Amino acid sequence: MQWGSASEFFAMGGYGLYVWTSFVATALCMVWEVSALWRRRVAARAEQRAALLGGTDETTA
Amino acid sequence: MSGSNMWEAVSGIVRRDLLLAMRRRSDAAMSVFFLVIVVSLFPLGVGPEPAVLRIIGPGVLWVAALLACLLSLGRVFTADYLDGVLEQMVLIPQPLAILVVGKILAHWLISGLPVVLLSPLLGLQFGLSGEPLGVLVMSLLLGTPTLSMIGAIGAALVLGVRGSGLLVALLVLPLYVPILIFGAGAVTSSMAGIGGEANLSLLGACLVLSLFLAPWATAAALRIALE
Amino acid sequence: MSTGINWLKYSSPQAFYPLAGRLIPWFACVAVALMGIGLYMGFFVAPTDFQQGEAYRIIFVHVPAAWMSMFLYVVMAVWAGIGMGLNARLSFMMAQAIAPTGAMFTFLALLTGAMWGKPTWGAWWVWDARLTSELILLFQYAGVMLLRTSIDDMRRADRASAVFALVGVVNVPIIYFSVQWWNTLHQGASVSMATGSKMASTMLTAMLLMTVAFWLYSIAVILARARCIMIERESLPVWDEKAAVIQEAVEAR
Repeated sequence: MQWGSASEFFAMGGYGLYVWTSFVATALCMVWEVSALWRRRVAARAEQRAALLGGTDETTA
Repeated sequence: MSGSNMWEAVSGIVRRDLLLAMRRRSDAAMSVFFLVIVVSLFPLGVGPEPAVLRIIGPGVLWVAALLACLLSLGRVFTADYLDGVLEQMVLIPQPLAILVVGKILAHWLISGLPVVLLSPLLGLQFGLSGEPLGVLVMSLLLGTPTLSMIGAIGAALVLGVRGSGLLVALLVLPLYVPILIFGAGAVTSSMAGIGGEANLSLLGACLVLSLFLAPWATAAALRIALE
Repeated sequence: MSTGINWLKYSSPQAFYPLAGRLIPWFACVAVALMGIGLYMGFFVAPTDFQQGEAYRIIFVHVPAAWMSMFLYVVMAVWAGIGMGLNARLSFMMAQAIAPTGAMFTFLALLTGAMWGKPTWGAWWVWDARLTSELILLFQYAGVMLLRTSIDDMRRADRASAVFALVGVVNVPIIYFSVQWWNTLHQGASVSMATGSKMASTMLTAMLLMTVAFWLYSIAVILARARCIMIERESLPVWDEKAAVIQEAVEAR
């Protein structure tokens, strides 16, 4: 283990800004992608449900 | 199919397209005029120092040639697409790729060749002379046909698509990067005294590669567009 | 097939949709687990690089992102090629599903590359062969996606973007080579990427773990996106949920 303390860990030997920007940006991109996909899926299924239900009964919408 | 038959098909298309271009001379003149204006703007923007102009000259001329080619791409297939000639071309017995070669050759004669012929004059504006000027003309002679061929793929892909003018630029410019690097590199290395031969042969290699691949890709793209 | 599994069965969207649904959680879970181990290895086990200090730790995201960006482009082009050759709907949907993830990794590779370049080279950006090819790769991903969204007819959009993806596969290696060639001419501008220091085996392990994790993440995300595309595109109902929806409709009456 090379880190004496938490602050040393976050400082990354003076390169903290670069290192953490890289890792946080990557994490944000992934989280964003997953959440965007989730929203897309919900929207697509809602649309399809509406289409399916619309064919059987107009009042349920 | 016999070779003479193929040649007839190609030359027929070239003759037809040249005839059409002669009827609308202003179209062809515009892209050449565009090239001259763009190239002339750079010294006004960068400043008149001959040393600086000589350094940026090859790059500016090549980028301007790229843009001039790009501007004229819309004309390669659009007219034939709109009046239905393209659909007839797909149906005739000659392979579509061969006919596409004719279209590309015509495009190069109308918009590429004038750029090559004009380039010594524009090179002088940037203080190029002697061997580098010759290399510039040679690099454009080898490079502009490749630009026409790659451009034809893009033009066929965006045929009849909304906003196609901008889209074709986004598609084609990344594909132009190697040509730009080799073309401008030939002139730069000739100015540095290394000689431009290596870059010129790479341009030649790109020309051969695109001659083999681009007509087929363009024909495929045209079939997709006409389905 | 000698394996006894009829793989062709899964080439139709109807069969692929539920299969992908079952596979996604597995890929996602393993990806998260490996990412956790990889990050632990990268930050707590791998030693400090004696030349670059702690800044080198950026490679634990940079290198996997760069590899995925290129790998995914090739995979996308392969699906596009299969789609063109066999006229398979599923292949085009896969190609469509890959593009955004590939573009995201390309963007991340460029961003983290800049973050690594500033402390190491002293510049956010240099016209190095890898960086330039990566930038052009991003443009090509953008081209594939823009071409698709600009064409309204789905069949044409599929095929046109497939042709462009395939043309781009030839372009990227040529660009890499040409920039390298160009950099050797301009001696002053050339920057050697070789760090000189040998990588400790724990560094390499951490990097490989992160790469596998990114790869599995990509598979999970791409399968999920392919499922979304299937719902959006196919006029057929969602296969595994059709019955439930109809049941609900009947009950609502």
